[in-house]
Amino acid sequence: MTALETELRADVRDGVDRETIDTVQAMSGSYKHGWETEIEMDYAPKGLSEDIVRLISGKNNEPEWLLDWRLAAYRRWLKMTEPRWAMVHYPDIDYQDQYYYAKPRSMAVKPKSLDEVDPKLLATYEKLGIPLKEQMLLAGVEGAAEPRKVAVDAVFDSVSLGTTFKAELAKAGVIFCSISEAVREHPDLVQKYLGSVVPPTDNFFATLNSAVFSDGSFVYIPPGVRCPMELSTYFRINAENTGQFERTLIVADRASYVSYLEGCTAPKRDTHQLHAAVVEIVILDDAEVKYSTVQNWYPGDEEGRGGIYNFVTKRADCRGDRAKVMWTQVETGSAITWKYPSCILRGDDSQGEFYSIAIANNAQQADTGTKMVHLGKRTKSRIVSKGISAGRAQNTYRGLVSMHPKATDSRNYTQCDSLLIGDRCGAHTVPYIEVRNASSRVEHEATTSKVDDDQLFYCRSRGMDEEAAVALVVNGFVKDVLQTLPMEFAMEAQSLVAISLEGSVG
Amino acid sequence: MLEINNLHVKLEAEDKPILKGLSLTVGAGSVHAIMGPNGSGKSTLSYVLAGRDGYAVTDGSAMLDGADLLEMEPEDRASAGLFLAFQYPVEIPGVGNMTFLRTAVNAQRKARGQDEMSAGEFLKVVREKARALKIDAEMLKRPVNVGFSGGEKKRNEILQMAMLEPKMCILDETDSGLDVDAMKLVSDGVNALRDAGRAFLVITHYQRLLDHIRPDVVHIMADGRIVKTGGPDLALEVERNGYADILAEAV
Repeated sequence: MTALETELRADVRDGVDRETIDTVQAMSGSYKHGWETEIEMDYAPKGLSEDIVRLISGKNNEPEWLLDWRLAAYRRWLKMTEPRWAMVHYPDIDYQDQYYYAKPRSMAVKPKSLDEVDPKLLATYEKLGIPLKEQMLLAGVEGAAEPRKVAVDAVFDSVSLGTTFKAELAKAGVIFCSISEAVREHPDLVQKYLGSVVPPTDNFFATLNSAVFSDGSFVYIPPGVRCPMELSTYFRINAENTGQFERTLIVADRASYVSYLEGCTAPKRDTHQLHAAVVEIVILDDAEVKYSTVQNWYPGDEEGRGGIYNFVTKRADCRGDRAKVMWTQVETGSAITWKYPSCILRGDDSQGEFYSIAIANNAQQADTGTKMVHLGKRTKSRIVSKGISAGRAQNTYRGLVSMHPKATDSRNYTQCDSLLIGDRCGAHTVPYIEVRNASSRVEHEATTSKVDDDQLFYCRSRGMDEEAAVALVVNGFVKDVLQTLPMEFAMEAQSLVAISLEGSVG
Repeated sequence: MLEINNLHVKLEAEDKPILKGLSLTVGAGSVHAIMGPNGSGKSTLSYVLAGRDGYAVTDGSAMLDGADLLEMEPEDRASAGLFLAFQYPVEIPGVGNMTFLRTAVNAQRKARGQDEMSAGEFLKVVREKARALKIDAEMLKRPVNVGFSGGEKKRNEILQMAMLEPKMCILDETDSGLDVDAMKLVSDGVNALRDAGRAFLVITHYQRLLDHIRPDVVHIMADGRIVKTGGPDLALEVERNGYADILAEAV
């Protein structure tokens, strides 16, 4: 066995234009989704107890087995301790001082279709540019070659408002609905797969999620079906002092294909809010899943006040032979990001890919990466991580590549690049590599660079202002990853990269 | 066009004076060359005019068509019509050469209140201008200056100049690192841009570039000042005898 743990730290760079750093600090006003929807909400009582778990289960009209599953998770959670190994620092979270369930009052009786949903809620999504009408594309796409359909599940605080294109998807045999609905309508599928990738005992935050998850999305693609459109879920945290605990379960049956997108935003608030989600993906023989995230939770202000604590467990299980998964994430938001979308490469010849852009500005802290667990023969994985740090932010790539004894002739390639902006931020790379057989190969490349003044001056001397120059240089740095995103998301992500670093430099 | 009067500049970091009362006037339609020994401040002059950080102007002025260059941000100087062809063009990984050019062209058009150039129109113009400089489609796609040879980098600078159509072009040792053929290509590119409304300031060590780009006026710069000004013959004199006589005369 070879074990390697290294840490590269580079937190200072010279010659940064002072003015630019000041501009970065002054840009806390640039979070575009920080507004709030004023709406009457029904809350469960504050705090966490068995009663709250029962209440959430009851609100969703869940069967007995699921309540028991939740309660077992809750009891286990009580005995667990919060992980503190990540390179993020925050005061202790008081788990009794927040709400675990918040639902718009107008959703008390579940609307039969999106047409019946409170217009205020629909307006919220319209303002976010998310189409809840079935003929529209994701907003902001100009000159698209041909109109494409994207089905959306809109999750607002603890509940799903509704899902578009259900009928059309049903024709193809695709199930796309909220997880609470799936529990009622497709109990066999949910019972078979829920917790089979991320067991309720997995880790502190996943166990907490298992006890209190309220909603999220469920996807099932039947054998041989190529999902006729992209599926997406938009998560919006609106209520104050409320955690969001969504649970997503995607099952791609044999030889099926689906591309799934996830977007997240939240209002600006002075207090921190907890987001502890779980995403499980099951991929059977010859199936393929692409999962893309643009995470734009409120990052907090320049002093680190407010912002989302994002503790998320995402894992894909390539359970069948030749199964394939591709994670792409653009992480620009959250005060704290703790997230490692992982691939269990169980089937022979299965493949996992992870592409990541993580941007941390001001007082943001990100500890993110992936795990590639090679169990099957001739399995392949690829990791491309681009971390960008600005302001006083700390950005850590943490990744595991593990080759088990039976995973013969397997390969991994890891490329891990960090870009520093300013002289008070930090970039850290923490790769863990374990190889337990002699025929597998692991490659790791890491670089740390900076947007340097020469590059910016060169751009500016050609007529670009400072913001355009930074955006151009940074977009060049993250290009490899942007190219893996579906077109709509790539454009959104590209402008998000520019906004996140507005005025900042190099 | 360009009027520099009694310009004093020091390096911010070292408090070291570099330009010590430089004066220079370049009229529209003319080509001026600046020659001078190493360390005379030639590159500093070009950087200060383009607006690079790290220099402090302690006295004097530099005006472009009556506008105070020294008060402007680098991008505003560019939009006002100033262009610097870099001695060492900078690499920008991941950014396609074409994307860079188009972003620059449209940024300047926007700053001047003009409509952006459409993708189709831009492509047509850039292809035509690239062909004259023997820049192929593949080089237009590659990331800006990354992996370019010395000659490719300099040709790329001239392509940018051709696309941006500046009024005042400064060429900072554009001949350094060029072989004879590349020098000819670059010079032809520059000569094609010569017209009555445009001026050039050509900074060089060697007479041979001036065989291709014929200057109207030649200045000799030493210790942060222009010490002698003459016609094209002055460059030939330097080539024959070196700077020693001229410098001795100036003191």
